[in-house]
Amino acid sequence: MAPELVLNVVVAGVLTGLVYGLMALGLSVIFGVVRVVNFAHGEMMTVAMYAAAALFAAFSLDPFLAVLPVAAAFFLLGYALQAGIINPFITRPEHSQFMLLVAVAIILVNALLIVFGPDARNVQVGYQLESYELGKLLIDKARVFAAGLAVAAALLLFSFFRFTLTGKAIRACADNYLGARVVGLDVKHLYALTFGLGSACVAVAGCALVLLVDVTPGLGPYYTLLAFVIVIVGGLGSMGGALLGGVLIGVSEAVAGLLIAPSAKSMFSFGLLILVLLLRPQGLLGKRA
Amino acid sequence: MSRGRVALALLFAALAVFPAFAGAYALSVATLVLYFAYTGQAWNVMMGFAGQLSLGHSLYVGVGAYAAGAIFFHYGIGPWAGLWVAILLCVALGVLIGFLAFRFGISGVYFALLTIAFAEFTRIGFDHLDWVGGPGGMFLRVAQRDTWDIANFRGPPLMYYYVILALASLALVLCHFLLKSRAGYYWQAIRENEEAAQALGINTFRWKVCAVALSSAMTAVAGVFFAFYYNNLFPEQIFNISRSIEIILGPIIGGLGTLFGPILGAAVLTLLSDGITELLAALGWEIPGVKQVFYGVVLLVVVMFLPHGIWPAVARKLKLDA
Amino acid sequence: MDRRTFSRNIAVAGVAAALSPFSIVRAQAQKLRVGVILPRSGYLSFIGQSCQKGADLAPGVLKEMLGVDLELMNADFESNVDTARTRAERLIQEGANVLVGPFDSGAAAAIAQVAEQRGVPFVINIAAAPQITEQGYKFVFRNFQTAGDIVRNGLALIGDLFQATNTVPRTAVFMHVNDTFGQAMAKGIGAFMPKMTQLPFKIVDTISYDPAAKDLTVEVSKAKASNADFVLLVCRLNDAIILRREMVKQRWSPMGIVSPGSPGMYEEQYFKALGKLSEHSISNVPWYNPNANLTKVVEKAFLKQNPKDKLVFHGLNAGFTFEALLIAADAFKRAKTTDPKALADAIRQTNITDKMTLGGPIKFNEKGQVEGIGSACVQNRNLIPTVVLPANAATAKPVFPVPEYKKA
Repeated sequence: MAPELVLNVVVAGVLTGLVYGLMALGLSVIFGVVRVVNFAHGEMMTVAMYAAAALFAAFSLDPFLAVLPVAAAFFLLGYALQAGIINPFITRPEHSQFMLLVAVAIILVNALLIVFGPDARNVQVGYQLESYELGKLLIDKARVFAAGLAVAAALLLFSFFRFTLTGKAIRACADNYLGARVVGLDVKHLYALTFGLGSACVAVAGCALVLLVDVTPGLGPYYTLLAFVIVIVGGLGSMGGALLGGVLIGVSEAVAGLLIAPSAKSMFSFGLLILVLLLRPQGLLGKRA
Repeated sequence: MSRGRVALALLFAALAVFPAFAGAYALSVATLVLYFAYTGQAWNVMMGFAGQLSLGHSLYVGVGAYAAGAIFFHYGIGPWAGLWVAILLCVALGVLIGFLAFRFGISGVYFALLTIAFAEFTRIGFDHLDWVGGPGGMFLRVAQRDTWDIANFRGPPLMYYYVILALASLALVLCHFLLKSRAGYYWQAIRENEEAAQALGINTFRWKVCAVALSSAMTAVAGVFFAFYYNNLFPEQIFNISRSIEIILGPIIGGLGTLFGPILGAAVLTLLSDGITELLAALGWEIPGVKQVFYGVVLLVVVMFLPHGIWPAVARKLKLDA
Repeated sequence: MDRRTFSRNIAVAGVAAALSPFSIVRAQAQKLRVGVILPRSGYLSFIGQSCQKGADLAPGVLKEMLGVDLELMNADFESNVDTARTRAERLIQEGANVLVGPFDSGAAAAIAQVAEQRGVPFVINIAAAPQITEQGYKFVFRNFQTAGDIVRNGLALIGDLFQATNTVPRTAVFMHVNDTFGQAMAKGIGAFMPKMTQLPFKIVDTISYDPAAKDLTVEVSKAKASNADFVLLVCRLNDAIILRREMVKQRWSPMGIVSPGSPGMYEEQYFKALGKLSEHSISNVPWYNPNANLTKVVEKAFLKQNPKDKLVFHGLNAGFTFEALLIAADAFKRAKTTDPKALADAIRQTNITDKMTLGGPIKFNEKGQVEGIGSACVQNRNLIPTVVLPANAATAKPVFPVPEYKKA
């Protein structure tokens, strides 16, 4: 196998993995703090992708610029969703949460079908099909930008949680729910805030991904599952873990596709998930609960 | 006789004579409802009794279906023999998953994701397995459709209806006795508070694995039924996560851990789905996707306002028990 | 002419509607009720809707052509096999004399069982899985090529293509979706390639990929690394688009992309999504004859019903769906009754020469399969799928290799 083939594939895997990581980041934040199993995660990202595509179609707005309005909108939507519908479910058993979000997912997917129709939509920016050339290495431009956006968003989120008071308060809620309430934190508001942040993350990931993938209404479930795999492999509650998990999955799928049949590469991710669950359930960078 | 028993007997009688009044379409729908009632009941054993959320139950349906199907396809051996192979394989799988999960202390969401991973892994695996036809699927030969041939499980749709009715009824009876038995009490104790159960000296590990094994065995039978009713199997369809979700919708909407929950849930959901299609057709709103939105909204409402499912509310109203 | 049966029983449960006793409509042999079952929602929706266009124009055209009255009963099986089965039951219960559909092989298998069980003829418009007509069914008929036929014709046309353009590619990389259809095609290619010694090329690498994959970087990298002269592709629509884009990103321009027979590259969405990049892709598929009389009649009717659309984008889907209805109408005319058994017998005696798709007359063999359906080499030219071979049906000359081709 030619070394430049492997190198090209690995680099592409890393870049795509970073975008996946950003998507998983949203889930990790939500799951890690609010402890809600968001099975509508992929669907939310699909809606964000449609939003970016629609903005592009209407105003020729580059997805990187669309990030700001879309993320803001999703923040508000996420906040409302949590405060409104999901909050009573935090203490309910997992299967109830699951059902709730499956219902939300069904509604989202089919509402998208009704509004946008079944045909795939995409964004055709000028640099869409260009690539950077570094010797024998050909790197997809759009992929580089998308990965860059993912890293920037992750850093922003990280500094929020590390350096701001609200961020610390949220982490406190995650670490010790009872303690946080005792200390007087408005947990309900903070949970909603977290959900909003997680949703904004998903929105940014969607804007980045729409450059790489055509969006159809049924795209959601695939990404929901992927996000869960990454979050578990990378470690719940760990932001670095989400990105690392994303890169790991991106690269391993790429390499598996290269060495085994490409059609079986997903098997690899699920196998990895099973191994991690059994051997190191807290994930690579997570802390033991 | 308690009111509950009377109601049950009436229901069974109604279902037994139903085909005399129903057209072929209604019969096919009823067969589907009973199929989901049965599979939901099987899943309920694991979830409702032992508290383990399995989101990958399509694994057992698929393996059961393919096991019996492949044996019939390659060796011409009938479903009754294939049934045992199917059950054995599924129990082995279930025990494996249960063992791995419980030994390593995986529960809740993590367990659910583990089951999804196993189902997906198997789906892609079967897609690459030529012996069972790969993605091209496996088509089973249908010898005849006229006379009831229980031995080879071939006959008119009526036969399939009565078989699945029998299966669903047996499952109900089995679960009833299980609930009242020692195993049932252990399971409920584990479900309510595993640590307390352990403190009482119950070997929670063993009983949890038993629940998984029983659940997978029962589901395997559903798989065999599926194989010989539909006569074509595609990995993409039978192992699909949407099938796993279909299986659990009934019990959750109907009422987890109850006897009648799965059946009621399956009936309500299927009739709801058909009813919405009819309603939309009559109104002229045949836009693709509208039906599913309605369906999703109803699900949402039920989950939000009837967290324990429909059956407990209905039972209270009618003053029945179980 | 849609079925709008107002259901009196709109209980929330809808049970009553389902419980009406089965009644066989003993029509006075005036009107043929055709149950048209297609995937108008779900992931196959755009194809189902395309086929529906062929169905919708049929009653008008067939009334003029044959003097026969058709009533269409449309059903949507939502791209779901279970639903296909129950919808078929439903249509039969409501009095459909013959079923037509469904595009998808899985659904076709399910519906075939229902049709066989209930003794109602089922004319398949499009489905390639060979097993469907190998089950010994008496009521199932297919006017479409099996995967094996598609491959054989497709490979032969590739040979013709090279002859017509005087090119001799030595190597090809075979890429295919790993689903029912792709796998059947791959098997066919494995079976027929060794026998077709007139083909100058060898397959140097085979790459199968997941039809639902969103990212085909690895697959294209592998294909590029094989240094093959051209790409032999069995695809579906979405992955065809992704592949084409990825090829540009990786700066790979082989001699061409040729499909021995698969959907995707001739569909409207391919042109819309790729624009100029769609140019020169080749699909060897069953197609309609642009010069046939019936084609012109159908095209006129199509334009009347769909003024903003072009028949050429729905050639395969609408064409074969129309022909399925033609078969039903023709049998009805000869049988002079709506009795399903008589209709089935009449269908078995079908011999239609005035047809719109390429190939020999519509005649069913003892398995219910039409043999001798032709394929065309359809190349994308100026954003329109254009027949370039066989010469007698062609409206342009084939271009191969593509202008952007540069030797690796």
